[in-house]
Formats: sequence, structure tokens, C-alpha cells
Amino acid sequence: MSHPLDRYLRTDRLPHIWCPGCGIGIVVSAMLRAIDKHISEGHFSHDDVAVVSGIGCAARATLYLNFDSAHVIHGRAIPFAIGLKLVKPRLKVIVIGGDGDIAAIGGNHLLHAARRNVDLTVIMVNNMIYGMTGGQVAPTTPPTIYTTTTPYGNYEYPINVIKLLSALNTNYVARASITHPHLIERYIYKALSIEGLAFIEVLSTCPEVFGRHLGFKNAVEFFNKLKEMVRPYEKPPIERSDIVWGNEIVIGEYVINNREGFVRSVYKSLNKWCKG
Amino acid sequence: MKVEYLTGNYAIAEGAMTAGLKFYAGYPITPSSEIFEYLAKELPKVGGIVVQFEDEIASINAIIGASWAGVKAMTATSGPGFSLMLEGLSLAIMIETPLVIAYVMRTGPSTGIATKSGQYDVMQVRWGAHGNYEIVAYAPWSVQEAYDLTIKSFNVSELLRIPVILLSDATLVHLWERVVMKGPGEVVIVDRKKPKVPKDMYKPYEPDEDLVPPMACFGEGYRVLVESLTHDERGYYKTTNEVQRKLVWRLVNKVRKNKHLVVDSASYFVDDAEYVIVAYGTTARSVYALVKELRSKGVRIGLFRPKSLWPIDDDALVKACSKAKKVFVVENNVGVYVNEVCRFLKNKDVISIPVIDLDIPSPEDILNVMREWL
Ligand SMILES: Cc1ncc(C[n+]2csc(CCOP(=O)(O)OP(=O)(O)O)c2C)c(N)n1
Ligand code: SF4
Repeated sequence: MSHPLDRYLRTDRLPHIWCPGCGIGIVVSAMLRAIDKHISEGHFSHDDVAVVSGIGCAARATLYLNFDSAHVIHGRAIPFAIGLKLVKPRLKVIVIGGDGDIAAIGGNHLLHAARRNVDLTVIMVNNMIYGMTGGQVAPTTPPTIYTTTTPYGNYEYPINVIKLLSALNTNYVARASITHPHLIERYIYKALSIEGLAFIEVLSTCPEVFGRHLGFKNAVEFFNKLKEMVRPYEKPPIERSDIVWGNEIVIGEYVINNREGFVRSVYKSLNKWCKG
Repeated sequence: MKVEYLTGNYAIAEGAMTAGLKFYAGYPITPSSEIFEYLAKELPKVGGIVVQFEDEIASINAIIGASWAGVKAMTATSGPGFSLMLEGLSLAIMIETPLVIAYVMRTGPSTGIATKSGQYDVMQVRWGAHGNYEIVAYAPWSVQEAYDLTIKSFNVSELLRIPVILLSDATLVHLWERVVMKGPGEVVIVDRKKPKVPKDMYKPYEPDEDLVPPMACFGEGYRVLVESLTHDERGYYKTTNEVQRKLVWRLVNKVRKNKHLVVDSASYFVDDAEYVIVAYGTTARSVYALVKELRSKGVRIGLFRPKSLWPIDDDALVKACSKAKKVFVVENNVGVYVNEVCRFLKNKDVISIPVIDLDIPSPEDILNVMREWL
């Protein structure tokens, strides 16, 4: 029996590699529903969608997606996607990856993509840990938590990507959570209709690695803990965006701007140059 | 056809445009920046895009993305920037992406003397990236050849779906010389093969007989899968010896088996030569002057000049050196390419003549080092 979203999957490649109870699947299915809604409303076609990812558990999504897709190298999905988008502006280019992929090794590219307001939808699946490589500290890991490279507890302060991107006047900055899948879908749907950079952080669980670090007995316990902390707000103020493990975590659409996107400004200035 | 006075950098930029360049991404670095600046002015006029990125890592990944969007793409850099590009170069090799890197050598290690010349990086170009692969790199000795070999770099990259490196140096790119530029139809321009099978039958890494797979790009309806992991013909990640062997050998063999379409060299006065000097790039200019001078004094000496450093035109090398008692390899570094020459001249007396010079080793300096063997 086939599922209506199967057409967006390379079903011959299933089962996927994600661990039982991993949050990534929830993000991917919400993304597919958002894409499907646009396609069924005639905004763009199946062949107009391209997905690019780096390396990591979340980045593995491209292996299963039946779109033009690229699974490139760790941290470099954004520059690949920019090259693609500039040459073929018709494409809806989505970048998906983990917090390490997008905010650590790829952090500089994210920052400059935001500054330029490049027309991409960037989905950062934030599980606060390096999942694929076995549980090392991420730039998003909360302080004091045990990881395999901070066995004495994390002595760093985590990055707040929402705040960072808001300072760069990014056109769309939202935070969602796998505990609220309809909001992931709604934000990605919105992101796909926006000019310029649309960034969505999705809080996720890594029960296999991070769950063990945190002492959760199973995926459900971890999920329930996250659900207990997460609270959606309409247009929350940026000051509420810091994540403190154990406290309320605010999700919602933090920033909506209307700056000209990179593609339009590049083409406009090059056309003007050519006309003399 | 059009004749102009150009620098090496401008000739590389013009050659790229003749070859059909449509996307340039880069990060400024001496002595390559004029390629970027020239293209920033000129490329938009032929429908291309030029973007400065935040670093060389972004630049190479952006041109890989642009190439997968279906256009010819390039970047230019020098040692420090190329070091940053190596992971991307390995990716381009793995996912069979046509692109060109104009590498303008300066002194090293590290920041060295940014404005000054040398040939230190010929081995980095060959071996710098991780994994096993063949690399194609051309080393022009004149501004005209910079133009011509840039076109050839694009053609070979499209033909074999590989990254190709055009390796010049600080001296050449700042030299002004006369260049004959080709108009449309006056030079062969190669474009990547496109798939001929129905869309649902297409496999992105299924090669033709020449070992090169036809290339469907993004937005053409093929649902292509670009995969940096070890993959089968569909692009599906596989962890077996069989798939690893098949993939790596094909990536290597598509260059080796098509070597005749890639290699390039020139031989001068070698027919009766007792001594042959092997030299490449700008160093070969001084060597050529020296050879002519020694010839006028009756010395039976010749020059073999590889234009493709990687792979070397080994048949021509062996032929050029067939009568030689001694072979000298003159380089503007500590003597590194000499090892590649030795590989093909096992029974010859091959002598390394390294002459470090911030511009070009002069004929006198070269002769001074060589003299004891003549
Ligand atoms: C240049 C480079 N450095 C390191 C790695 C190893 N590596 C693979 S995935 C990864 C981090 C994964 O964490 P994240 O991006 O947060 O994704 P997750 O697996 O948690 O979804 C690392 C360090 C690599 N592939 N390439
Ligand atoms: S390691 Fe963690 S993030 Fe990766 S698939 Fe397993 S649960 Fe998910």
C-alpha cells in the first residue's frame, strides 16, 4: 500500500538509517507535507524542488528524497545551494542538516547567506549533539551536560542561531519543535513562499546518543521532556529565544522581514551593468 | 579572430569566456585576483554571474553547485586558497563535476611572498586531495598558451566530467603578451554529454563505453542524486568492496583510458640531443633561451616541455629523451617534479636542477647549476 507522500521518496531505499524514535523523521515528513501543499496548490512543481544537505544524521534526508538532490560534504550544503540557486532561480532550493553541519562547520556560510539574504529555505535540525559521529559536544549543547568529548560536562555556552540571524536582518527566522509537527509544516510552508533566506530551527531528539547522555530510558521519555519544555507563541520577541535546558523553550516565528532577496539583487545589478 | 595585448590573468579570463564560462565564484588572493576582477566586468555581458564568497571553501562548493545547475563554472586562487579548496576538489572528483580551477602559484610555504613566483605546488595539485584519483593539470608558458590551455581545461573537464587545474604562476599572469583570441566557430568547444535514455531509466553514474556517465543536471526533471558517499550507478550509498572497487577504478580509469585526449607537450631540438632538459611553465622560457644559446655553441641539447603536468605526455617524453645521455629537470622549487620524470626514464641519468627564483630562474643561474654535469 502506498502513502500519498511516497511520490516524494525514493521508496526503494527504505528502510532509512535513523534510529527508532529519532526526531528527524518527523521533520522530514512535515517538510514533505509543506512541499506537497504548495505543489497541490500549483505554486511550483515536483521538478522545481531541489534539496541539498551536508553530512550528519539529519543531512542523510537527501538520500531518501525523490527530488533533484545533493548529499555533499560536511558544512558546505549552503554554498553548493547558492551556486545552484543563482544559476537556476526557478528552483525552490531547500537545505537540510544538523546543528553541527549548519551552525558549527557551516556556520560562516550560514552567516553570510543570511547577510546576503540568499533565497534558500534552510532547515536546521537541532538535536543539540553530534549524532552521526557518536555524541560529541555541539555548539548547541547546553552547559554542564556530559558528551563524549566533554566527559567532565560541557564547559561552553551554546549558540543561539535565532538571535544571530535576526541580527543579520534575515527575512524569515522561526523555531519549531518535533513535539509540534503541524508548526514545522506551517513554518516550512511559509518559508517556501518567501523571498530571501528563510531559516527554520527544529528542535529534535536524538534518543540513541543524546538521550543516553541525558539519562532518558527511552525515546518517549525524551520526547515528553522536550514537549514539556516547548511552548509555541505567536511572533515571540527575540529576547525569549535563548534555550536553557529545563526552562520553557519558546518556539514560533521570530522574524519576518521583507528585504530584497539575493537572486533579485544580483540579477538586477548585473542587468543594469550590461545596459551600461 | 582578434589580436590583443593581455596579461596572463586576463588571457585566462578571456579563455574561460571563449570556452563558455557562465559562473565564477572566488575569494580574492594575489596573484590571481585580476582574473576575478576582469570577469566581474566582462562575464555579465555574456550572460554570466560573478560572486565573491566568504572564503575559498564556499567558492569551490558554489561552483560545484553551479556546474550541477548546468553551466560551466570556475574559480581562481593561489596556494593558501587552494589548500582550503582541497576537500571540495575531492568532492568534485567523487561526484564527477566538470569545473576549472585557475591556480596561480606564488611562493610558499604559508603566506610566503604573495606577489612573487615559484613552482612549489605542482605536487600539491596532484596529491593534495584525499582519496585516490587522477588529476588533470596544464601549465602554460606564455600568455597565448594561458589562453589556449584554459579553453582546453574547460573542454577536458566537460569531456571527462572532472575538475581540471590550469596551473600558472605569478610571473606569467603579470606578463603582457600578444594573444590571438578565437571567435565562435574558430575553436572546438566541448559540452558535457547529456542523457539519451528516458528520464525514469536514467542512472546518474552509469558510464558509457568511455567510462564517462552522461550528466543530467538539476531542474531538468531527472531527479538526479549527487552523492559524496561511495555509490553505485544510481547514486545509492553502498559499503561493499565490489562497489568501492568499481567506483574508484572507474574514476581513475576514465582519465587513464582517455589519456590521449588529455596529454599535451612540446619538444624542441630533441632529434639528435645528447642532453635533454625537461622544464615546464615559465621556467621553460629561460630553459628555451639557454638551449638555443648552447646549440649555437655546438652543444647537442634539447628541451622537452610538458604542457599537461598531470598526466605527463610520457610517450613524447620517452621519445624526446631516446638519444639523451643525460636528462636535466629544471624547476623553480627544490626539485619535485623530477620524480615524475624519473618514473618514465628508468634507465637514464636524470638530474634534478632546482633553482629557486622569485621571478624566473635566469639562463645563467640554470647553467651554473647544470655546468658540472655537461
Ligand atoms: C570535514 C569533516 N569533518 C568531520 C566530519 C565528521 N562528521 C560527520 S557528521 C558530523 C557531525 C554531525 O552532527 P550534526 O551536524 O549536528 O548532525 P546530526 O548527526 O546530529 O544530525 C561530523 C563531525 C566530516 N564528515 N567532515
Ligand atoms: S544517532 Fe541520534 S540523530 Fe542520529 S539517527 Fe540515531 S537518534 Fe537520530
